[in-house]
Order: sequence, then structure tokens, then C-alpha cells
Amino acid sequence: MVLGNDASSSSLSNKNLSVLVVDDDPLIRMLHDNYLKHFGLKPLVVENGKEAVDLFQLGTSFDLILMDKEMPIMNGVEATKALRDMGATSMIVGVTSRGSPSEMQAFMEAGLDFCFEKPLTFDMIDFILKELNVNDDDDTNN
Amino acid sequence: MRRQLAIMRQSLFDQGYLDEQFIELEELQDDANPNFVEEVVTLYFRDSARLILNIQQALERKPFDFNKLDGYMHQFKGSSSSIGANKVKAESTLFREYCRSANAEGCLRAFQQLKKEYATLRKKLEAYFQLARQTGPLETASRPK
Repeated sequence: MVLGNDASSSSLSNKNLSVLVVDDDPLIRMLHDNYLKHFGLKPLVVENGKEAVDLFQLGTSFDLILMDKEMPIMNGVEATKALRDMGATSMIVGVTSRGSPSEMQAFMEAGLDFCFEKPLTFDMIDFILKELNVNDDDDTNN
Repeated sequence: MRRQLAIMRQSLFDQGYLDEQFIELEELQDDANPNFVEEVVTLYFRDSARLILNIQQALERKPFDFNKLDGYMHQFKGSSSSIGANKVKAESTLFREYCRSANAEGCLRAFQQLKKEYATLRKKLEAYFQLARQTGPLETASRPK
């Protein structure tokens, strides 16, 4: 898939988006944090699915959640299911090292909007942000 | 020295040690984050050393717990992919294939090769960053030719 940059992924249009990064790997957390900052975002970063669920239970909501699959305490599948069961309407994007179609399908079925294989790239984030901004436009027009 | 740095960098791609993901890291480096690539790579080598140790210890216990080994290598492969460590990633993939087919000899061979590639990459990147610190960073992240 070829994905291009355009104004919908510019820093200005993204600055009000709230983003959560959920990953147990400090290297991935650092990378994703920096990728998102490059697009003008200020993500919150947590280490496992339970922390993400706890935040939601405290009333914190996010426009976008980047969710790793394999994590201790609560993995990405469990966390995604829990968030959806609690009524979370965030865009949840799975980012996983496990790239087999069946594994990604299982993750998708937990309630993801999209699932990408690690590592995240500029093109993937650009795509996600375009989808997010399109969804926002649709909500405004309805 | 700048030319030497550029040649060193290019050779890392030409010889297959690094792939395009490394360029993505370079594109994240800016004035606000001037040492980002070196910081990420340093973090990678620090964290992955622990995983290598875990795998080594698991390979000393017989019979092999292939699920556990695969789990460790899955993590290692993910981190390696994220910094563009191409050859290391390839050896990780091979190791995981041997785990899935419960091939103990294959795992041992693949792990030895992986450690070699990992050590080589570490040496080359340390030399690269040392030269980069003396020279100042290359101005643009360029795609490998």
C-alpha cells in the first residue's frame, strides 16, 4: 500500500488529538513517542494493557490508542476487549511483532480499528492520522 | 571526515547490516533531539543484551522450552526490527523457525550466528557514532543507493 503525506497529517491539525501509547518495551515506547511528536502530538505512554484500562476507568479518554499485543499483566487483546466492553470509542490501532495473518486477525477481532506489524513507520502514522481526521470530519458533518 | 562518515554509513546499508527502518530513525532526529539515533541504538543494545542472556540461559536447560525461547526471540526480533538491524532480524527469524519445528540443533546454530551478527553490528555502530560525534551529524537522512 502506498501512503502519502498531506495536510490532514500536518502538525497543526493534529495538536488537539489525545494519544496513548501502550507497550511494555521501553525502546518501542521511546520510538512511538518520538514518531508521534514528529507529527505534532503529545502522547501519554504506559507499559501494559492494565494501565490503559485503569486510565479509561478514571475517565481519561483518547482519540487514538497504539496498542502492543504481547505485554505482561494485561496483553493487548485483553486490554482492547476490556476497553471496548467499557464503551471506549477511541481509534485503537494494534502494533505487533507477530505478523502472521491469523494472529493479526485474532487481535483485530478484539476490537481494533487497524493492525500493523512492527516497526511503525511514518507512512503508517500518516495513514492513521488521516483516518482519524476523516472520522472527525464525518462526526462534525452528522 | 564527513565523507568518511557518509561512506561508513552507506556501507552499513550496502552490506545489509541496516535497512530502511534506520533511515526512519534518522528522520526523527532534529535540533530538539540531536542525538536521537544514538540514544535509541544505545537503548536497544542495553535492553537486548538482557534478552540474549535470557535466551542463552534457556538454551542451557534441557530439554529446551521452545515456547519460552520463541517468546524471548519474538521480543528481540521486534526491537531489532525497530532500529533497522537487518541481519540480526534475519537470524532471529531463522531461530524462531527452528523453535517452531522444535529443532534444538538448529536453534543452537542460529543463536551462535545471531550473536556474531549482533556483536558485529554493535562494533560497527559504535565506530559510526564515535566518528559522527567528532564530525557532527550528516545533514540529511538519505535513502540507501
